[in-house]
Amino acid sequence: MIADDSLIAARNLSLHFGSIPALVDVSVDLWPGEVLAVVGESGSGKTTLLNVLSGRMRPDVGVVWYRDPAGSLADVHAMPAPALRALHRSDWGFVQQDPRGALRMAVTAGGNVGERLMAQGARHYGNIRAEAIDWLRQVEIDEARVDDLPRNFSGGMLQRLQIARTLVTHPRLVFMDEPTGGLDVSVQARLLDLIRSLVARLNLAAVLVTHDLSVARLLAHRIVVMQRGVAVETGLTDQVLDDPQHPYTQLLVSSVLQA
Amino acid sequence: MLETEALSKRFVLHLRDGISIPVLDAVNFSVSSGECVALVGPSGAGKTTLLRNLYGNYRADSGRILVRHNGAMIDIASAAPRQIVAVRAGTLGYVSQFLRVVPRVPALDIVAEAARGMTQDHARETARHLLRRLNIPARLHALPPATFSGGEQQRINLARGFIGRHPILLLDEPTASLDAANAEIVITMIAEAKAAGVAIVGIFHDANVRDRVADRVFQVLPLQDAA
Repeated sequence: MIADDSLIAARNLSLHFGSIPALVDVSVDLWPGEVLAVVGESGSGKTTLLNVLSGRMRPDVGVVWYRDPAGSLADVHAMPAPALRALHRSDWGFVQQDPRGALRMAVTAGGNVGERLMAQGARHYGNIRAEAIDWLRQVEIDEARVDDLPRNFSGGMLQRLQIARTLVTHPRLVFMDEPTGGLDVSVQARLLDLIRSLVARLNLAAVLVTHDLSVARLLAHRIVVMQRGVAVETGLTDQVLDDPQHPYTQLLVSSVLQA
Repeated sequence: MLETEALSKRFVLHLRDGISIPVLDAVNFSVSSGECVALVGPSGAGKTTLLRNLYGNYRADSGRILVRHNGAMIDIASAAPRQIVAVRAGTLGYVSQFLRVVPRVPALDIVAEAARGMTQDHARETARHLLRRLNIPARLHALPPATFSGGEQQRINLARGFIGRHPILLLDEPTASLDAANAEIVITMIAEAKAAGVAIVGIFHDANVRDRVADRVFQVLPLQDAA
């Protein structure tokens, strides 16, 4: 059954890589304005789940339904490729762990942000530049850097630039794959705070893949715990972390050092 | 405002050979609007467990936890996670013993963000007022509370809990780290909240504080381990 107000409804997703189960009968729902964290260790299938939900990877079995702004449901994996690409350019955003893979390093910071707007049909140079600068400011990048190339940016700045590039088109749903992974702890804290305030202010829905339970606690309303492709536990974030029911979740939670 | 029917809770420790620890057995508890009920009982009896169950932070094994939310009764024990999120946003406030927040966020923002139904400016002004009332000097408002003393952090936490004016407020040891003068302020704030119709459930180790705020006590007794 699919709730009539859900944004994403994935049903019975399974996917094998050879003999390795990456997803085993996983069902997931996401509502507008809700942040869902997918946690688990390396190889648990959490990034695969993100890729299947976002249509980047096709499941062997199962369906991912997406409700468009007009309210009709679309099977993500049955969409023609141009329609899916259009969705990724407008209603959806994707933030990957390594911003270098998402940004164009030979294009200025402002250009990286403005490019997404142009892909949506914006043509007025002054407006595009003004909006790009506004977004740089929102992710706390100094306006003076708008004409600089990203290759001179720090890791944290690159990640913030990727977020600006993603959010400039006002997506309703953002997929994030370890957005704070690989960053220094001090930079992580700043980025977490930024993501948290943007998600709340823009009322974004997000699927957030992270191996870091404290990131999930700070950002997510709900959590899915993955182990060997199986969603072993799901629920309210603080309930799952403070009162874990499944043996694997208990192991994960008890293995974290209390800072 | 809030009641439990035959609420039971046990912890199953899968990493310890699946040992099962029963904590709450068929608890019937209730609190009304404008009333403050203090949970009492020996350490380890399950007072905090009950409080956390009421908030949906711990999962109930059986029984119901009924909360009046927007005129309807919602069962926290069986509600979907996003319903619990909505109940917490609109009805159920919780002040934990220890502050847990995003690093880097200033104390004033932490408090102001918890306000409900106010413009941003009004929220910040109210937060400033509450913090000053709790003797957090203005020079600390712009600082993240990570480096604050235990008592200061607790008062940030209290300001965050009270600014939302939730119809139900759960308080876990709200005065534990406070000196007498600050505890006195919290006692006054609790009295004001009660007068405004807020239903309060709290754990107060300090008998003096408890006697002054609680309309009645609710005994939480340890279960026999043999259960």
